[in-house]
Amino acid sequence: MSILIDENTKMIVQGFTGKIGSFHAQEMLEYGSNLVGGVTPGKGGSTHLGLPVFNTVKDAVSETGAEASILFVPPSFAADSAMEAADAGIKVCVAITDGIPAHDMIRVKRYMRRYTKSEKMTMIGPNCAGIISPGKAMMGIMPGHIYKKGNVGIVGRSGTLGYEAASQMKALDIGVSTSVGIGGDPINGSSFRDILSRFEEDPDTDVILMIGEIGGPQEVDAGQFAKENMKKPVVAYIAGLTAPKGRVMGHAGAIVSAYGESAVEKVELLKECGVTISKNPSVIGDTIKSVIS
Amino acid sequence: MDIHEYQAKKILSDFGIGIPKGGIAYSPENAEYKAKEIGGSKWVVKAQVHSGARGKAGGIIICKDALEVAQATDKLLGKKLVTNQTGPAGKIINRVYIEEASDIEKELYLGLVFDRGSECIMVVASTEGGMSVEEISSEKPETIIRSKIEVAVGMQEFQAREIAFSLGIEPELVSRTADVIRNCYRVFSELDATMVEINPLVITKDKHVFALDCKMSFDNNALFRRNEVSELRDKSQENPSEVYASDRGLNYVGLDGNIGNIINGAGLAMASMDMIKLAGGEPANFLDVGGGATPEKIVKAFKLVSSDEKVKVILVNIFAGINRCDWIAEGIVQALDQIKIDMPLVIRLAGTNVEKGNQILRDSKINYIEALSLEDAANKAVAALKDVESN
Repeated sequence: MSILIDENTKMIVQGFTGKIGSFHAQEMLEYGSNLVGGVTPGKGGSTHLGLPVFNTVKDAVSETGAEASILFVPPSFAADSAMEAADAGIKVCVAITDGIPAHDMIRVKRYMRRYTKSEKMTMIGPNCAGIISPGKAMMGIMPGHIYKKGNVGIVGRSGTLGYEAASQMKALDIGVSTSVGIGGDPINGSSFRDILSRFEEDPDTDVILMIGEIGGPQEVDAGQFAKENMKKPVVAYIAGLTAPKGRVMGHAGAIVSAYGESAVEKVELLKECGVTISKNPSVIGDTIKSVIS
Repeated sequence: MDIHEYQAKKILSDFGIGIPKGGIAYSPENAEYKAKEIGGSKWVVKAQVHSGARGKAGGIIICKDALEVAQATDKLLGKKLVTNQTGPAGKIINRVYIEEASDIEKELYLGLVFDRGSECIMVVASTEGGMSVEEISSEKPETIIRSKIEVAVGMQEFQAREIAFSLGIEPELVSRTADVIRNCYRVFSELDATMVEINPLVITKDKHVFALDCKMSFDNNALFRRNEVSELRDKSQENPSEVYASDRGLNYVGLDGNIGNIINGAGLAMASMDMIKLAGGEPANFLDVGGGATPEKIVKAFKLVSSDEKVKVILVNIFAGINRCDWIAEGIVQALDQIKIDMPLVIRLAGTNVEKGNQILRDSKINYIEALSLEDAANKAVAALKDVESN
């Protein structure tokens, strides 16, 4: 098993016929993902990459039985597209888009409160690299070949730092069950805690790597969750030791504005929760290896 | 994005919040004229820079006649104000705000921010206005009132009233104070703000409720739909390198060290800076050229980083995912054809086709130090810096 997606997950792409959507849809197909179509309003009825294009997510779901969707939609329309997916019955939605206003993301999350737990969509991102369950399916923009199939779950904010960790692991022959990018925005669809709880229940995941950074309460909150509710070991690395207070470090959410949000403070608080800390980004693979053995 | 006090006050006033009489001035003559126009017998001349703590830094001067107003303006204009928030370089004063002095009876603190934990808007208030919120939290934490506002339905009247009563406002002024709080909430939600702070919010002796000082920040991601906010940007208050970078689609933050960085991805950039620090060095900047790292962006990044006089060594760390290292390497070679870098350059490539990429760099004429891992790159950059410094 794996979490969120596997080889059977029927996926669609929102923003399918655009340049970026097309490129990554092709990559996903080549990886073996079960992509069944896409949505571009106004282009319904046509065919793109050999797959049907629909005007609305509802049409795509009723025609193809799609359960998951990935958004390559510009920031000004992305919140609307996410809500459309939720309303059409999509179960997992990955938003790759960087630059969605924080107020819009809050609106999306409030909108989704109308659904009961069983019909509620899980949103991943925005401003993230997506999800990959190695050897099964990819719904994201990551280079699939750097991930070896295995039993470590990865959850992180950053794209390239996640790749760095996955390639260090591959070099040590350590594989990944699923890697989830929750994105660098202050308001995101799923938190570290949400993903940790899924990994805890996944029989194919033995160890979890959490790659956090400065800003916000989510890493420490996840540490508390691990302490109280998890049996599986959690390894963490927190980026941003040198980040000055009050400055945005690339990711909209990477800003230290309160106690507990700096890298040093997060590391201390996570240690208290029993999380194993990778002391620098060059030894993430080694740290996981030592926890496994 | 931050704005000036006078701009924030204009917004408050447009949303129905009382502010003292005042006006902006660009010269001593202009200031003297403004003071007479405003009237009264006591004025405050306030340096307009993007920073708090201006008073302690000498940026706020109280004057008793129009001539003093002119002199204070002359003293401030064109100077750099160094506060505990600006860093040692300070920020240029290009204009001052002349304001009628208020007879203060009570000073309050009122702030609105995003609470990331609850994903609500949090109102923070205190009876200890005039101090920074950090000082209030450490010295008078018992005075802090917090109220969480559910954004789906907005702020209710009772919530604003509760805050006003908790602040000990006398009953006849409660409804006016509650209006100020609700209007601040409207500013926050209608203009895509990330922070609105009135400090102090004052009750004057003649029973007016005035915003005496105000700071606002806005969500950069929402500027596409907020022209009225975008036009308030003052680039003179930003680090010139950061302006250059943001105008070219690069994410850059200037720091105090001397090892320049060119990296793709924000997380990897922070991680590389951490490695530099752990290796005994100090990063000169944060720079994310984006996941794509196109040759054009690499050229711009080299220009930007090498223009920083503090930089003695440049570290390039690119993880090629969808892109390939050979393609990135060609981009670096092209970039170094266009600009001359006369300082040590450490390059670490990783990811797809890393061998091919490194071979292209080795075969090129560029003078660089090859690094194989993050740690290796940081160690070599720090060693190169020591070489430069010992020569």
